[in-house]
Amino acid sequence: MLENSYDLAKEVIFTLSGKAGVTGYEHRLYPSLEEIFGSLDCHLDRDFMGNFYAGKKGDDGKLSVMLAAHMDEIGLMITHIDNRGFIHFTAVGGIDGRTLLCQEVIVHGKQEVKGIISSVPSKVQSNNAKNAIDISKLVIDIGYPKDIVLSLVKPGDIISIKRTPFMLLNEKIAGKALDDRAGIAVLAVCFNELSKLNHRHNVLAVATVQEEVGLRGATTSSNRLQPDLAVAIDVTHAQTLDTKSQVSIQLGKGPAITVGPNIHPKIFTELTGCARESRIPYQVQAVAGETGTDARVIQLSGQGIPTGLISIPLRYMHTSVETASLGDIVDSGKLLACFIAGLPEDAEDLLCC
Amino acid sequence: MLLKELCQINGVSGNEKRVRDFILERIQDKVDSWQMDKIGNLVVKKKPSSSDQPIVLLCAHMDEVGLFITEITADGYLKFQPVGGIDPQILVSKPVSIGSIQGVIGTKAIHLQRKEERKQILNFEELYIDIGANTKEEAEKEVKIGDYAFFNSHFEIIGQDYLKAKALDDRIGCALIMEILDSSFACGIIAAFTVQEEIGLRGSKVISNYVQPDFAIIVEATRAADIEEENEEAWSVELSKGPACSLMDSATIYQSRLIQKVSNIARNHHIPLQFRKSTAAANDAGNIHKGGTGVPTITLSVPCRNIHSMSSVICKTDYEYCLSLLRLILQGGFINAESEYP
Amino acid sequence: MPNRNILDYHVLKLLAQTYGPSGNERQVAEFISQQVGSYVQDIRSDALGNLLIRKPGTGKKILIACHMDEIGVIITSIGEEGYLYFAPVGGVKSSDLLAKRVQFQNKRIGVVSQEKNTVDEEKTSGKYFIDIGVNSQEEAGKIVREGDMAVLVGDYQETADHILSKALDDRIGCFIAVEMIKQLHSEQDLYFAFTAQEEVGSRGAKTIVHGIEPDLALILDTTLSFDSPKEKNRTSLNRGAAIKVMDRTIVVSPRIKNWMADAASQNDISFQWEIITTGGTDSGPIHLTGRGIPTGGIAIPVRYLHTGNEIAAKHDILSAFLLLAVLLNQPFTNL
Repeated sequence: MLENSYDLAKEVIFTLSGKAGVTGYEHRLYPSLEEIFGSLDCHLDRDFMGNFYAGKKGDDGKLSVMLAAHMDEIGLMITHIDNRGFIHFTAVGGIDGRTLLCQEVIVHGKQEVKGIISSVPSKVQSNNAKNAIDISKLVIDIGYPKDIVLSLVKPGDIISIKRTPFMLLNEKIAGKALDDRAGIAVLAVCFNELSKLNHRHNVLAVATVQEEVGLRGATTSSNRLQPDLAVAIDVTHAQTLDTKSQVSIQLGKGPAITVGPNIHPKIFTELTGCARESRIPYQVQAVAGETGTDARVIQLSGQGIPTGLISIPLRYMHTSVETASLGDIVDSGKLLACFIAGLPEDAEDLLCC
Repeated sequence: MLLKELCQINGVSGNEKRVRDFILERIQDKVDSWQMDKIGNLVVKKKPSSSDQPIVLLCAHMDEVGLFITEITADGYLKFQPVGGIDPQILVSKPVSIGSIQGVIGTKAIHLQRKEERKQILNFEELYIDIGANTKEEAEKEVKIGDYAFFNSHFEIIGQDYLKAKALDDRIGCALIMEILDSSFACGIIAAFTVQEEIGLRGSKVISNYVQPDFAIIVEATRAADIEEENEEAWSVELSKGPACSLMDSATIYQSRLIQKVSNIARNHHIPLQFRKSTAAANDAGNIHKGGTGVPTITLSVPCRNIHSMSSVICKTDYEYCLSLLRLILQGGFINAESEYP
Repeated sequence: MPNRNILDYHVLKLLAQTYGPSGNERQVAEFISQQVGSYVQDIRSDALGNLLIRKPGTGKKILIACHMDEIGVIITSIGEEGYLYFAPVGGVKSSDLLAKRVQFQNKRIGVVSQEKNTVDEEKTSGKYFIDIGVNSQEEAGKIVREGDMAVLVGDYQETADHILSKALDDRIGCFIAVEMIKQLHSEQDLYFAFTAQEEVGSRGAKTIVHGIEPDLALILDTTLSFDSPKEKNRTSLNRGAAIKVMDRTIVVSPRIKNWMADAASQNDISFQWEIITTGGTDSGPIHLTGRGIPTGGIAIPVRYLHTGNEIAAKHDILSAFLLLAVLLNQPFTNL
């Protein structure tokens, strides 16, 4: 176990970001998750849907606190292979087709095959092109003749973006799938910090599946756990040069704590209180309706579950160069640990609306 | 592998020094003389064994397409312009480097886009590089206006015998000529490694001012658009069908007698050869063939998919066939006779 | 090649031509009950109109689901001249219905037409309405009332290799399930769910699983066929049963899709893959019930889906039937 949460967060992200775990095909992440959370002395479990559970018993274990961060990432899926051996594909999750041209990918067929996304027609830059190339006009070139292509891959096989994470200035980290592997790093930091604190209540962290196509893993895992309260950890848009009028959350200014009808007001108050007490910088994100995160479905599970949401500011979401601040990630984990450790023995009062 | 080493060097037009240094270091001992002219072209010579042998110019350009930093914004983002013909659509969601500084070209998240935005091409004006700087001052410590940005892309083998890298155009040509210089032929060789081809064939203009060969061969990479099944006439050239001989492009009409000769040699030695169907684009031949009293010139190219991108793809066998064909041409005696033409 | 005549297509004809828009599936349910009545004892229906038929066994609990409802239109108002204004029910555009026939439960036929904009200078498109050949609001009101639904008219025709009809989506699924109930002998504890209101968002499927908690759910539905002249190499007619990989509501577990494909290969049943990003089926809500239910799907490709002229191939229907039969007799573990 790494004592230093900063190093831990960095290691978790560098371990997970480059790995392929496209929605519905998250199983390739299990070995890494087992190693990360096993070394944090968690007891581990999985369910049919593929959700990964890492739990730690509290001192008296009266309540159970569910933490959810999704492990799946957006990706591509083969629809068909044309007569020239090029692979045609569709998106799994919300992919901006404009981010794909000339991108390197890995096709997960009978074996992992490297490929390059090219366009049909493979055009010379033309000044009169009005529209961006549509995803249906993109193909993957894996450099084999058709008969070999057909023996290696088939329709329905998953394709992941190839990208190794790397550091920018100011301990910012860039790579794919930080949405929401950064959230998994927050879970790890939280457990690491909790090991230095006393906590009464049981903590059950879930690396959920299939968030990107409709929060599906969180739906079944919250049904299964039926926790007393829950906190989802996801990413949120951070301001960039071209989103100043749309986004106010800033990268590197601390975790964003959500307030709104999707969030239990007391959990919001507790989280912000914890942040102030522990001198953790934070930003408040007000969401007027449902959030687009696991918190949305967790809140509606069973008889209703008091739910909070901590978001890591992230630039260029759903591209392969998502950019987050390591500081925000570590602070999110610390905040979560403070919150859990500070929960009263009887949370009845706290959670009363 | 020579080609791999060449592709990994960064040398955008106007900034070819590292490529030139690498080439010179590798070939210095194999040539009789070398010189660097004042625009940056590297010209090396291998003398003929007798004075009646012709002098052949082999020409490839060292520069690659890339980006040029034009502005640092108040928030520390970098604005840029392309150097050479780059489709801005390939830049979105890609990592780049400015020296040792890493950066990303991101885009507004899909969640924040209006429906019509999703169809719009993001042009250079809308794109920018994020190096993680918080302020303009911080960015200015690491990057200056006028710096070049390069694609981050590794050299890799794809499939059976395809190679993927940035800068294959025209490090392929550089590599082929460097390999040719390993041997001696029945002719004198002048090898010109030119600069600034991608921004208007600028280096070769200078070459044509002072190099007077009997014959010239331009060694290039050419766009292969061989993807759409039903549109074969638009492919121009096809991968794994051998090197391509140019017939005409926007700067040069190649002499049909020379083309005939080249294809005869290829046929006699069972080397696959294709002709470039597109007549668009230009290369250094445009200047070379107009040098002095005129120089008989051919262009041999290796077909390249996704040319001018971080993920250019060539077929290794095309490269090898191109090398064999070049050797055969240099060995063959037809050059002398042709130099009298027209 | 198995005997091609094991399916009684006359049943499909009757099923497909039965009236049953979303929320009004009663006639379909009655027909199915009557068809299988002598084969099973346990037939239930619920408040949403779902029909649940159990064929008990000692093995695993398997749910087989298909939906009974079809797309149509609902009458929203009756104009002074007796024209009927309507809204679509399910995934159909009013503009696609222009000049087409629709039929009400009482068999009355109407034709879809559009208001002409003679006055309006700007060419805004006029409202669509149904003309049932009456002279007045009063006369119309005696035949059709607000809230009544009509379905598309599309006669049934069987050719050597193909079926053409309205409502093949998803009466083909119902047909396969009915034939399965009649023909199959399996150890497994089988629940056949004929669901209501799939076309408006799989509403029946949300309640049908309640209290069953099956070990496995298999959904029978139709899917888009990509075989118009310039489309190639994708899911299309005559390439066999389509095993579901992904749609808008589910990403099928790779273990399940591979289990299905292996079963098909081992039994020489031709199959293809269903990969779509637009539509969803009952498999969506079913697989998210409770702690999650292992769920797979078998789809039959249909051309011109959601029109009165849907076309399917007998080869695909037979392949789907055979694949389902194999799967229901196949042991499954570790799904």
